[in-house]
Amino acid sequence: MRYLPLTSDDRQAMLATIGAETIDDLFADVPEAARLSGPIEGLPNHASELAVERHMARLAKQNTVAGDVPFFLGCGAYRHHVPASVDHLIQRGEYLTAYTPYQPEIAQGTLQMLFEFQTQVARLLGTDVANASMYDGSTACWEAVTMARRVTRKAKAILSGGLHPHYVSVAKTMAKYTGDVLETSLPTLGADTDIDALIAGIDDDTSCVVVQYPDILGRIADLKPLADACHAKKALLIAVVTEPVALGAIKSPGEMDADIVVGEGQSLGVGLQFGGPFVGLFGCKQKYVRQMPGRLCGETVDADGKRGFVLTLSTREQHIRREKATSNICTNSGLCALAFSIHMTLLGEAGLRRLAALNHAGACRAADRLAKVPGVELVTPTFFNEFTLKLSKEARPIVRALADRGILAGVSLGRLYPGQDDLANGLVVAVTETTTAEDVETLATALQEVLA
Amino acid sequence: MGGGSGEGAPATFTGNRALMLEEPTIFEIGSTDTTGVDFADGDVAGSRLGDLTRKSAIGLPGLSEPETVRHYTRLSRQNYAIDLGLFPLGSCTMKHNPRLNERVARMPGFADVHPLQPVDTVQGALGVINELATWLIKLTGMHGVAMSPKAGAHGELCGILCIKAALEARGEGHRKVILVPESAHGTNPATAAFAGFAVEDIPATPDGRVDTAALKGRLGPDVAAVMITNPNTCGLFERDLKEISDAVHAAGGYVYCDGANFNAIVGRVRPGDLGVDAMHINLHKTFSTPHGGGGPGSGPVVLSEALSPYGPLPYTARTEDGYVHLIEEERAEEFSDEHFGGKLDSFGRMVAFHGQMGMFTRALTYILSHGADGLKQVAEDAVLNANYVLRSLEGTLDAPFAQSGPCMHEAIFSDAGLPQGFSTLDIAKGLIDEGYHPMTVYFPLVVHGAMLVEPTETESKAALDQFIGALRSVAERAKAGDAALKSAPHFAPRRRLDETLAARKPVLVWKDAPVAEAAE
Repeated sequence: MRYLPLTSDDRQAMLATIGAETIDDLFADVPEAARLSGPIEGLPNHASELAVERHMARLAKQNTVAGDVPFFLGCGAYRHHVPASVDHLIQRGEYLTAYTPYQPEIAQGTLQMLFEFQTQVARLLGTDVANASMYDGSTACWEAVTMARRVTRKAKAILSGGLHPHYVSVAKTMAKYTGDVLETSLPTLGADTDIDALIAGIDDDTSCVVVQYPDILGRIADLKPLADACHAKKALLIAVVTEPVALGAIKSPGEMDADIVVGEGQSLGVGLQFGGPFVGLFGCKQKYVRQMPGRLCGETVDADGKRGFVLTLSTREQHIRREKATSNICTNSGLCALAFSIHMTLLGEAGLRRLAALNHAGACRAADRLAKVPGVELVTPTFFNEFTLKLSKEARPIVRALADRGILAGVSLGRLYPGQDDLANGLVVAVTETTTAEDVETLATALQEVLA
Repeated sequence: MGGGSGEGAPATFTGNRALMLEEPTIFEIGSTDTTGVDFADGDVAGSRLGDLTRKSAIGLPGLSEPETVRHYTRLSRQNYAIDLGLFPLGSCTMKHNPRLNERVARMPGFADVHPLQPVDTVQGALGVINELATWLIKLTGMHGVAMSPKAGAHGELCGILCIKAALEARGEGHRKVILVPESAHGTNPATAAFAGFAVEDIPATPDGRVDTAALKGRLGPDVAAVMITNPNTCGLFERDLKEISDAVHAAGGYVYCDGANFNAIVGRVRPGDLGVDAMHINLHKTFSTPHGGGGPGSGPVVLSEALSPYGPLPYTARTEDGYVHLIEEERAEEFSDEHFGGKLDSFGRMVAFHGQMGMFTRALTYILSHGADGLKQVAEDAVLNANYVLRSLEGTLDAPFAQSGPCMHEAIFSDAGLPQGFSTLDIAKGLIDEGYHPMTVYFPLVVHGAMLVEPTETESKAALDQFIGALRSVAERAKAGDAALKSAPHFAPRRRLDETLAARKPVLVWKDAPVAEAAE
């Protein structure tokens, strides 16, 4: 057993030091009836590295790999090229195998990285401050709603129809137990976002309005009027960004006066990973920082006056405050935050802007090409790298048929909103710098055939 | 001022000391027009951005690739990690991270697949989830498992929501009290409160276990559940857990077990046999997925037959034809009949997608590498190592539960024997100078000045002997009143950091103004 260094001689010597006859003596407090006598049913004994690698490789080969086919899926998880040095650096043992930086004097590497990450995220989102990351965008979104309740002492949250339906589901699950009242709606398969309706719904009981930017269909709307309407009723505006690369091309939510901005950072450095681990981004205005959930890294000095970094304001956290904690989160996505931060450092502002421009230009070309396919209509006039097509047929079986032709065509709204007939013909298509003109042509041709 | 490593040596021009390197932030060395990525040439015409085109500067510095590699490599050298030495953080559990796990997680079939791909294009990925779920169920003797929680505390919340949903389905939503023993993890009461329950403490006995009589005496029609940690945070096995479970069930409540310490008993004890209804498993602890300086974690929750129908979506289910189905909201009813006797009544979705897939591949790799015999050996060696540490040091440091029976995977000490003016913190900082990450300090709260040492099964006897020698030496220096210990560490990249200043005047993002000015 290659991971276990003790020899049988070691074990005997150690038992002698302890004063025990056998290892069973050390399990003396486990009642006899609870001791497992036989092996675990069906689980074979230990296996060689080669054998395990082969088993896992067989499972891996049963999947259609995004990079092997024309690929157009988005809706909260995006395929971008990650520079080789990102994965190389995060595999350094000093990062990979470190724990939470509880002893700051020997965790300055992780802590400085988190401080840099917080600054990068705050600048990208346009907020005053940001935390050291959350589990993912969906849990960050829910934590933002509860934070708005703490800040405003009001309980009615209005969730935009353009918010990712899984994020809405997470919020609905949690609200059943916390007393938050959620007002939700469905998106419409058309050009208009629901900003005006959201504004009309705000009243004196509203704690917050949650709006996605760009929204689930890819549409972009100016959030400033919504922010003003929220503030007029002492409610907070929460903006959700599932594609952070977009913020290299469009105004940040903070610039439009959003109070809390959360997001999914997966696009930078992390990769698709079948949905996780991802990295939640969370920023807010300075005045709300003590109500912000999650871990925070702060700058300070050491006994010699040298700059150093520590985890701070942790008295808000649940492992310390027990039943008075501000949130359920007890960790962060440290390694994913590191990947995000390295990727962002490699890009820099110039690189991020160029990457965003490439994504947008590719999406514009793809939208124009696909809209020429008979039976296809582009319904989103504004978008960044993701847009929605209305097909002449139900989109879900079309996506299925295209998968049989080796094309992963996008996300059908039927998959996201089962049973909603008026959305069933919608297909959300994402284009990134990894999408080639040939991929788009292959999709257009195949789409024309399956729609015919 | 002054002091630090190399007392008496002249200051260096760079601030570096040979291999101990100072590193500025990216904001001091990068510039917004530098980039370490080359993009394809070509036009980027076209705009469908409405009138939202970004005009203002963002303020994101970039570095070239060599500068980036150097920056993060230099920073990495200021971190302690399990790859550098023993990392005895009790209840956090830092064991060797096998590199095969990393290789497997990076296979494109797992790393480069999208969560919303058509289900028949991801049969291998769903197969991993299903296979891992199967082993977790069998290793714990439970009935079902919710795979999607993103971390241990998230798993606790999942388990408590299952309990709440089950109570409501029984028409007993009025049960509002959750009993939490003093020795439980701090996250337990926070989770219960977050889910809308009232939390009541149950005292610990002098020997470090739940006061069973007090707990039984408090059971009643208002009690929803008991949250218990086993092995508990004092490193002891809760001998009465089965008796407690029976009493809780008889009183109409459920038993939540914090499974953070499952690594002590895996392969030897199945919590299901002890009457547990829900238990989260920190995959990063028991099954060695890397913790990366603070996550990601992963906290699947195993469930009893009574709670299984209420767990979160999505589920996976393998049918007889070998196909692995993904059960989301729309298919819940169909699978309820086939797999849950018509009772599937999920409380909903907890995360956007399917959970921590990258952790699942690593955990499954670990389980298959160890197998049934190896997992049993893991628990045995973890317990052996912890008892070895306990018995080797009980004469040097106060060990409050040394007479309470064998410890499990972690040994607890306290500051009781230290002279006036010396604290647990001084011992911890002294250990840093000895080249070790300190043990968990000031936790659990039930022990004053606690020091919780968890060596894990991946430490050799020689490594333990050196650690024991180091800890003994530091403790003896404290007992001898060695004042130098009060200002330790002396040899780390930083001396003691001012945490009070950081909390009083938080500087959370980089600004051009130096921190010294902000401080005073």
